[in-house]
Order: sequence, then C-alpha cells, then structure tokens
Amino acid sequence: MSKPISSDSDWSFELIDEYDREIARIAADFGLDTYPNQIEVISAEQMMDAYSSVGMPVGYHHWSFGKQFVQTQKGYRRGQMGLAYEIVINSNPCIAYLMEENTMMMQALVIAHASYGHNSFFKSNYLFRTWTDASSIVDYLMFARNYVAECEERYGVDEVEAILDSCHALMNQGVDRYKRPAPISAEEERRRQKEREEYRQQQVNDLWRTIPEMGGDDGPDGPQRRFPAEPQENLLYFIEKNAPLLETWQRELVRIVRKIAQYFYPQRQTQVMNEGWASFWHYTIVHQMYEEGLVDDGFMLEFLQNHTAVIYQPPFDSPYYSGLNPYTLGFSIYMDLKRMCENPTEEDREWFPDIAGSDWKQTLDFAMRNFKDESFILQYLSPKVMRDLKLFAIADEEGDDAYEIKAIHDDRGYRRVREKLARQYNLSYKDPNIQVWNVNTRGDRSLLLRHTRVNGIPMAEETQDVLKHVHRLWGFDVILESMDNGEVAERYRVPPDSDSRNTAA
Amino acid sequence: MGISHVVDRRLNGKNKSAVNRNRFLRRYRRHIKKAVSEAVHNRSITDMEQGEQVSIPNEDIQEPVFHHGTGGDREMVHPGNKEFVAGDRLPKPPGGGGGGSGQGQASDQGEGMDEFVFQITQEEFLDFLFDDLALPYLVRKKLKDTASFQYVHAGFTTDGTPAKLNVVRSLRKAYARRISLAGKRKRRIRDLEQQIADLEAQPDTDDPAFSKERQIEDLQEELGELRRQVKRIPWIDEIDLRYRQHRKEPKPSTSAVMFCLMDVSGSMTQVHKDIAKRFFILLYLFLRKNYKRIEVVFIRHHTAAKEVDEEEFFYSRETGGTIVSSALKLMHRIIEERYPTEDWNIYAAQASDGDNWNDDSPICRRLLQEKILPLVQYYSYVEITPHEHQALWHEYESVQEEFPEIFAMQQLTDASEIYPIFRELFEQKTT
Repeated sequence: MSKPISSDSDWSFELIDEYDREIARIAADFGLDTYPNQIEVISAEQMMDAYSSVGMPVGYHHWSFGKQFVQTQKGYRRGQMGLAYEIVINSNPCIAYLMEENTMMMQALVIAHASYGHNSFFKSNYLFRTWTDASSIVDYLMFARNYVAECEERYGVDEVEAILDSCHALMNQGVDRYKRPAPISAEEERRRQKEREEYRQQQVNDLWRTIPEMGGDDGPDGPQRRFPAEPQENLLYFIEKNAPLLETWQRELVRIVRKIAQYFYPQRQTQVMNEGWASFWHYTIVHQMYEEGLVDDGFMLEFLQNHTAVIYQPPFDSPYYSGLNPYTLGFSIYMDLKRMCENPTEEDREWFPDIAGSDWKQTLDFAMRNFKDESFILQYLSPKVMRDLKLFAIADEEGDDAYEIKAIHDDRGYRRVREKLARQYNLSYKDPNIQVWNVNTRGDRSLLLRHTRVNGIPMAEETQDVLKHVHRLWGFDVILESMDNGEVAERYRVPPDSDSRNTAA
Repeated sequence: MGISHVVDRRLNGKNKSAVNRNRFLRRYRRHIKKAVSEAVHNRSITDMEQGEQVSIPNEDIQEPVFHHGTGGDREMVHPGNKEFVAGDRLPKPPGGGGGGSGQGQASDQGEGMDEFVFQITQEEFLDFLFDDLALPYLVRKKLKDTASFQYVHAGFTTDGTPAKLNVVRSLRKAYARRISLAGKRKRRIRDLEQQIADLEAQPDTDDPAFSKERQIEDLQEELGELRRQVKRIPWIDEIDLRYRQHRKEPKPSTSAVMFCLMDVSGSMTQVHKDIAKRFFILLYLFLRKNYKRIEVVFIRHHTAAKEVDEEEFFYSRETGGTIVSSALKLMHRIIEERYPTEDWNIYAAQASDGDNWNDDSPICRRLLQEKILPLVQYYSYVEITPHEHQALWHEYESVQEEFPEIFAMQQLTDASEIYPIFRELFEQKTT
C-alpha cells in the first residue's frame, strides 16, 4: 500500500501532475489508447465561455453563442448547474478543462473522466476515426473564425449573421450520413478555398446556363429530367453547390457550417456510449487508486457522492425526469458487460454466449470501438440492465384515446424494449427524413423538398420558419411536401402560394 | 512526469464570450430598450444603478430547426416502471396532447417557460438608457473655442535652456561625432602599432637607409601626431547638445461642468421632489457615463441657495418659501470663481414646481438673459406641476424665444414622463 497522494481538498499544480501521472499509468495498464492530453485550468467564467461556444475551443462570432452564454450564466448563478465534467475537445492533443473552484477530488475525477475516458473514445471509436480529424480541427476552426470575421468586415455583420442563421437552421440536414469523407488539413482547406472561389461560381452558372438552350426544344416526348438525378439528404451541401444566387463568400459560409455540423455528428450519435465509457473509466480508475492506497477514505466518500449524482436516473413519474440519462444508461451497460465477463449467470450464457466469461477488457474495447448508440444498445443492453432501470415501452398512437404499455422488463418484453430503445437513438428516426427532391430548372427555379413520414408522424409547426431560411439561401420558391405512404399529406411553401395570397387579399 | 500538459489559463481570455454576448444584445435591442424604459418608470430613486432583468418572448428568440410535430404513432421507452404490465392501457389526458410523458414540465422559477429571461449589467443598463443621447453642442465648443493653450511635445532642437537638455540624445550625438571624427585615425593608429611591432620583431638589415630604428622612428612620429589629434577631439561639444522642444497649441476645451439646480421649498410636495430627484439622477448617471472629467455642482434652494454635495442634494429635505433667483445668483458666482468659460463647457439643469415669489421671476429672467446664458452651452428647465403655469414659466418662455438654441424647457406632470422628457432634452443633435 502506498501513501495517499493528498489528504485535503485543496489542489495545486504539483498535485494535479501527480494525480495525472498515476491516472495515466492505471489507464495504460487497462489498455486505454489516448491522444496526448492538454489539461487547462480555468475560472468559472471561462468555463461558461467554453460551454457557450458549444464545445469549440475557437469559434466564429454569432449571436446564438451569446444567447447560450447568457443562459449558461443564468443557470450557473442560480446554482442549478455544476460546471464540471462536460467539456472535452476531440482534438489532438485532447483538450480538457479543470475549474479552479473545484476540489482536488473533482480535478482527479475530471482528469480520469475526460482526459482518459473521453479521450480514448475519441481516438478509437470508428465514427470519430471516420468522420473527424482530431489533429486539424483546431486549425480549421481558426480558419473559419478568421474567414467569418473577414466577411463581416467586407459585407457587414448583418449580412453574415443572416446567412449563418439560415445555415444553423439546417445544421441537422447538413451532414452526410452514409458517404465517407477524406479528412483534409486546414492548410489544404485554405488552398482549396481559393480554388473553389474560382471554380464554384462558374459551375453553378453552368447548371443554370442550360436553361434557355433547353427551353426551345422542350418537346412533349422529352420528359423533364430530374435535378438532382437522385434525391439528396445533405441540404447544406446541395445549397452550397447549386443555389443559383449565392455569392462565393456565402457559399463558403454554408460550407463552414456544414463542416462543423459534420464534425459534431459523431458526438450526437454516440452520446450514451461516450458518456457511459467516460463514467465507467473514472469509476474504475478511481477504485483502482483506492485499492492501491493512493486516495483515502475522505476522497472516496466525496467521489462516490459525486459519481452517484452523475449517474442518477429519476423515474418517469418524477418531477425531475427529462428522459433517460445517457450517463446512467451507458455506465450501466459497460458495468454489466464487465460483470458478465467476470461473473456470468445462466441468463448471460443464454443471451450473450460470446461474452459470458470472456476477457472483460477486450470485450469492452470491442464494444467501444465498433458501434454507435443505436447498434450498441441493440447489441449489448442486457435483461439485467433493463430490470435494474425498470424499463418499459409505451405506445402513443394517433386515434387511440389511451396509451398502451407494450412491453416491460420481463421475458416477454426484453427484446421489444431493447429494440424500441435502440431505435430511439437512431438519428434517422429522431431527425425528420428530408431530401432534396427536385429543382424546377426550366421554370421558376423552385426547390422541392420531400419529407417522408415514419409512422405517420408529421412535421412540427415551425417548419414554415425553417423554410424561410431555406428560401433565403436558395433565392427562389421553396416547397416542402410531407409524404405519408407515397401521398402528399401536407405541403408547405415559401413564399406562400400565390393562390392563398390572392384569397387572403 | 505525466504525459499530460497542464496549462494555467486562468489569466488569459477572460471575456471570450463578450463579443457574442454583445451580438445577442444588439439583435434584441428593441426588447431590451423597452425593458429599460419600463424599469426607469418603476424603480425607486436609489436603485437606478443596477442591472435589469429582460424578458424576450420565446417565439422571437428561438432558432427553428426541422423536427417532428405531435401526432402519428410513437413507442417510447422510459425508466422506473412500478406496476405496469404489458397490455395496460392508460387514458390520455384530455386535450389530446400526446407525445408521451415527460414533456411540458412547469417551470419552478416563477418565470413563464415561454419567455427567455436574462440579466443585463448596470453598465449595459445605462448604455441602453442613454442610447443616442448626448450633451448638446459640446462638439461645437470644442472646435470653435480655442482660448486656452497647452504645451505639446514637438521633437528636439539644437538650442534651449539647460532645464530642457535631453541628456541621452546629446550623448548619443557626441558618441556619433566622436566615432566619425576619430574612427579613421584610430584605424591608422592600430595599423601603425602593428607595423612597429612587426619591425621590432624582425632582424635588423645592414642597409642603414632602411635601418629598423629609422623606420620605427618615422612611424612613431606619425603615431604621435595621430594620437594628439584624436586626443583633441572633444568628448562632448556644443553641437552635440539637444534640447526638448515644446510648442504652444490651442487646447480644445472638453472639460464640462454641470449645474443641477433644484427647488426644495415647501411648495414642492414629496411627489414633486421625487420626480425632480429622479430626473437629476438620470442626468447625473448620464453625465458620469459620458464624460470622464466632468464636474457636477449641486445647488438646492428655497429662499436661499446652498451648494451641497451629491448625498445632501438627493437625500435631505427642507421646507420654506421660494426665491429662485438665489440659486441663479449662486450659480453665476460659482462660475465666475471656479469655472472660467475658456476652460469649461458649462451646462445647467433646473427643476422646480414653478412656484416663485412673483417679484422674483423677472429677476430670474434678467439673470438668465444677461449673466448666465452667455456663459453656458445649454440650459434646460423642467417644471414639475400638473397645475397652471405661473409667472416663472412665462418669464422663461420669453427667455426661450430669445435663446432657442441653448435654452430648453419642458413640463413634467408625473414620473412616467421623466424618461421621455429627458430624452427629448438630450437627444443627439447634429451640430
């Protein structure tokens, strides 16, 4: 047994170094593969800055970040919010923040959670490996910030703000879900940006130049060709490449927002896995430290109190309930995986024959690397975790005057609960499925979008407001058809149909 | 050593979000201004110096994105089941909201969920409060009035008084001169010394015409001459000296003094006094915000006038009759004693209920016309009364006709008018 590293709650830079050294050693023993860490000690005010820039260490200026900041400030002043764990940046080196107000225990917890937990997740999970380039993100964000500032100087803050507002509205429709990108460096990005400036406008013009030529021989036998030939899911990409009226710098702004949306897309898809993984490791590492005598009982008590708060799951009927806590769900699944490896039961052997009794480090490593929330839950949510969390599936069907409990945590229900929960984390169900359907290239240049309803779920009221943003970017009429079973169930148009305008007048 | 790089960032980049916050305030300035002007009406005198809570309706502030609406068929998973079993049916709440449980929680903060509420700081509060307002005619004064002068630094010169000698520059010049005059000779001296040393090391030749001694002697002679010359170069010379030069420049006068004159006589009811005080507090905050170097003179009067400090001006109470001219006289005396017009922009604001000894009002008019208005940039008068105007108002009206540019008067009947009237009096005027 060694001597505890420290015994009171004050931290110092020497102590942080010492804790970090031990945590790093233990993490490496467990096989965690991490980027080098950059741990930044900051004040509470700076933490609020970090919060409101939505996880970007450098961001361009925009009022919405100011709004976020104001909100964070308010929450913090009221003491509703602990500013502790959340912020860690998927970059190389991996940047994490420690708040100066925290105790030594909290600093150690955050180091274990963020600098080793999240860090190893960023480095190893396939989505991050495919979609993000940790070594270039900070440079790219710098490029974006400077570019936006330059535009503001040249074209005015209002002009830039308007375009960014519109792009932000489409951020969730600005990602490629299936295509794979080749990550490029910021240097490369700058060079390409110059090139794009020259070619892009020209290409857009080419698309529209064909119009008058085709107009003449638009015979009855010549069926109008669709554009795009196949429906496209990435609205921002389509707009960047094809919007008829955008200036070159406006296209570049669309691209910047699109790139950032793409960078954050893996985080949206792996919330449960990522938070669960980080929580599993802060828990495991700190327990190892306790076993080695590196931390004392006081440290452990404070730690457990904090850990329990983080993974607390209020039941559905609690006033504090606001959905499943991703920390709880993820932590429970990883913990149970470990348990199945070490102490498998009959049930485990039946449900998870490959996992029961296997090496837990390898099993968890595999689970962390190769899944996203949806597939992770489908693959690994065990009956035991469903029982522990007392999960149940409830149906809300239109036209039925009652909710119906479809399945609970019992033998008959496990599979259904698991399947429904996995689907809940599938972003293609969460976000409405909207595609670019057609552009009227020969007529009024209107853009037709199509929403495909799943289980008859319609679009929300504010769809019209979002379409205004699409309209600002596209420059001509924009139509959205919400399709249910192949039929147009609802139709939105900006500006509103001329017919309806006439009748209104 | 750990593999982590620990950095202390606490000292840099404190207000990283300031720009974004300002962008946010800028976008919603309409809402904020409204909240600010409402606050001015509702607040008591003492808490004008605080931030303010601003609410913005959510529909104005939301950033819309495509998302699902209510309706259709859903199946959601929730935790914490207690007694449900598969097949249980739970009646939907009336009104048919749908969308599952866990939505539409009420706020426990006592604020509506449909409002975005936040705080602006005191500084921001004042910014919005005094947006677009300025002390009139300050600029004009600055340009035209060049009666006072100041000395400004204007480089260096070759003559001047010892007191203005710049030692560093003088020595630098001397050094440069010494280098330029002696450099060539010093090089020659080193050269000669080397030659002499070389000769001394050589074996003597037999030819007397080239004897070593002769050669050394010649060289020594030249060397001696050069050394004397170098020695004659003065270490510092008259032409090295440099003096600081100053030029007399007209000084634009930007210092300002504000006279606040308030009637505290018995005829002023508590309500009147409060209104007057609020008006002056606004004015005072406005002045403090705009001009770093501004002086404020507080004069309160009933039958006699007295110069008081800020505290006493706003917070102590008095009664008695009214002689307005006493305050004007005092103001005039203070200007003559302490605020020469070539150095000061002078402003005055006066508040009263219009009550005055009838005989005194014409005196006030003459004092203004003859003594005070020629000295000041701007004089504003607010009369706080719901009643008929009395002699003072009418006398002042004739003053205004004569000096429409620099004399302004307004009537205030209740607290809600303070801010609009204040804005009217100090609306930015293009000069």
